[in-house]
Amino acid sequence: MGLLTVSGSPHIHGGLSVKKLMWGVVIAMLPAMLASFYFFGLGALKVTVVAVLSALIFEYLISKFILKQQPQLQDGSAVITGVLLAFNVPSNLPCWIIIIGALVSIGIAKMSFGGIGKNIFNPALVGRVFLLISFPVQMTSWPVVDKAFPMGLDAITGPTPLGIVKEGLKNGEPMSDLMNQVPSYTQLFLGQNGGSLGEVSALLLLLGGLYMLYRKIITWHIPISFMGSVLIFSGIFWLIDPQMYVNPLFHLVTGGMMLGIFFMATDMVTSPMTPRGQIVFGAGVGIITIIIRNWGAYPEGVSFAILIMNALVPHINNFFKPIRFGKEIKNGK
Amino acid sequence: MGLLTFKIGGIHPLENKMSAQAAIEEFPLPTKAVFPLSQHLGVPAKALVKRGDTVKVGQIIAKGEAFISADIHSSVSGKVAKVEPVLDSSGFRRESVIIDVEGDEWDESIDRSPEIIKECKLESSEIVKRIHACGIVGMGGATFPTQVKYMVPQGKTVEYLIINGVECEPYLTSDHRLMLEKGEELIIGITIMMKSLKVDKAIIGIENNKPDAIAHLSKIAANYKGISVVSLKVQYPQGGEKQLIDAVLKRQIPSGKLPIEVGCVVNNVGTAFAIYEAVQKNKPLIERIVTVTGKTVSKPSNYKVRIGTPIISLIEKAGGNMESTGKVINGGPMMGKSLITVDAAVTKGTSGILLIENEKSKRIPILNCIRCGKCTSVCPMGLEPHLLSIISVNGMNERTEKERVMDCIECGSCVYTCPSGRPLLDNIRLGKRNVGIMIRNRSKK
Repeated sequence: MGLLTVSGSPHIHGGLSVKKLMWGVVIAMLPAMLASFYFFGLGALKVTVVAVLSALIFEYLISKFILKQQPQLQDGSAVITGVLLAFNVPSNLPCWIIIIGALVSIGIAKMSFGGIGKNIFNPALVGRVFLLISFPVQMTSWPVVDKAFPMGLDAITGPTPLGIVKEGLKNGEPMSDLMNQVPSYTQLFLGQNGGSLGEVSALLLLLGGLYMLYRKIITWHIPISFMGSVLIFSGIFWLIDPQMYVNPLFHLVTGGMMLGIFFMATDMVTSPMTPRGQIVFGAGVGIITIIIRNWGAYPEGVSFAILIMNALVPHINNFFKPIRFGKEIKNGK
Repeated sequence: MGLLTFKIGGIHPLENKMSAQAAIEEFPLPTKAVFPLSQHLGVPAKALVKRGDTVKVGQIIAKGEAFISADIHSSVSGKVAKVEPVLDSSGFRRESVIIDVEGDEWDESIDRSPEIIKECKLESSEIVKRIHACGIVGMGGATFPTQVKYMVPQGKTVEYLIINGVECEPYLTSDHRLMLEKGEELIIGITIMMKSLKVDKAIIGIENNKPDAIAHLSKIAANYKGISVVSLKVQYPQGGEKQLIDAVLKRQIPSGKLPIEVGCVVNNVGTAFAIYEAVQKNKPLIERIVTVTGKTVSKPSNYKVRIGTPIISLIEKAGGNMESTGKVINGGPMMGKSLITVDAAVTKGTSGILLIENEKSKRIPILNCIRCGKCTSVCPMGLEPHLLSIISVNGMNERTEKERVMDCIECGSCVYTCPSGRPLLDNIRLGKRNVGIMIRNRSKK
């Protein structure tokens, strides 16, 4: 008989692992990823492959040669960052820009904080915003979705539905005319939506989100509070003046809204840890998004809104504690 | 009606009640019995016997003199071989009485007839004295001296006696078998406890994965006034006393307080049975039911064992394969203690011996915290284990106290659920220790 192992309780583990959680997210992103290949063709495939590969390579190199740690590529988090970065850029973006984006995402936003779990901001969003500010032209020329399976890499470019509305309102065009220039709600919901890879189909993103809820990878708190605050806050202005402000449903199905609701805001590393904190976080992201969309310089505000709320997470965690058992506190504290 | 349960957190580990159908077997007498003088919570007892003394079964061999302490009785007859420190199951040398067994001669005052005595002739205060004299401690595992619970402080009133038949630990079945096989005695034990506490309501809480025990006890309890049985949802840690009171009565014990604060006294079913035997049969706590189970045990069993019997003999009888066993646990897998040696003796608090196979004995590798918040969502006390863990390790004692580290019941749900395999509870125990020292120093000033 060998020596017995001695350790503190508990002696059994539930079997949940970081790997299972992260690869679960990857599975949830697959339908939307496939849809982006369908609508944007080879360009989307190229962007995704380059983003994922460069994210993995940068994580490997930085872990091994700078942090001198065993690289943890198998945990799947670099794959998620790569796919999310791809989801956040147009399908005709040159490879070298994507590689810079991956370097910023992995190198600056994730590894410089100490790697998985330590980062304050969502890595993919930091990469995206960095690219948006550094390469505004390339980052905002969106291929138009006119037919399924466009095989060529040089598609016609045009503004996103959100961009059309934003520009039109600035020029004083009436809302009813603008609504004729953009795809119908059904088209937007199903997928005919010009924009980044991951903005393409609200339906499939929703499906992925439901899958994550079912697998208990995420909880309902952030998606519902985010969605609710978007609908309520934008709804108030729409009711006041429907000629100046777009329908709340339009907000919900366009741009990176669904992507943000289910995949960006729910990133566990950069969101609050208590249900109450998560509700506040989601509501905050929703309100800031609408503020930017309605009155900001950019037509889209989800990325900025999530990054702003990411910065507030430590405060939210301190302020919104879990509901304690037996509330009375000893020592008069 | 939905099943009753506690409000905050909780997990549902695999139940693995492999020995649930194994009837209680009388375990043979050991050839040598070891009695550590500290097998209860509180101050160790003082030995009353010395080398060469002859003792009978049931004879007192050590006296618990302090307020929180318990007497220890010999479970065997024979000669005292030694009184010396012996390595206990946690690897500490503790003063113990070692007895070489000769025959099985019982103290004459103990009633060994199988007859069930319903009527209790003792008065309330006499019952407490008898509980004290028979060395009864909490049989659920915490081994808190029972008589202390029955000395209700001035100004407090008891409304309910809550009897814990939950057995929420996976694998363990000793309480389950006891409820099935000693139901009548157990219920009489409860009537005695009610008499002692002067309460007219007792509630037995049982998880609904034991429908046979619920039905059996409900049927018996119908013949007694004021005793009811409630079925509870299978959810760990349903059997924590704070969680049990919350589930049964919807009352939450305030932070840092005892069950008496919400008008309750909580005891385990095993304790109720021990009280029955003490009061009606004058039998001290010298035996207990022990589950021997695990994936490397060929015959998972429930034994009625004399206290002091070496643990290894139980493992051998149940067909435990020590070659493929990497860890042996005293108690259940969630809160039990891993043994340093299987040569140690069964004590009053040994509710189960669980063998864990080699492959499952080591913890999973520790990775970075990914801030998923699952530890917080399962914590039944509404704490933040990830935070307590970090501030405990960093020695931030004031903050750790403010974040209510002392509320932690060490149920282990956080570690069970953590995807990164972090040693949250190890760190929190460190924090509890340091904060405990800080609080004691503060009250000294």
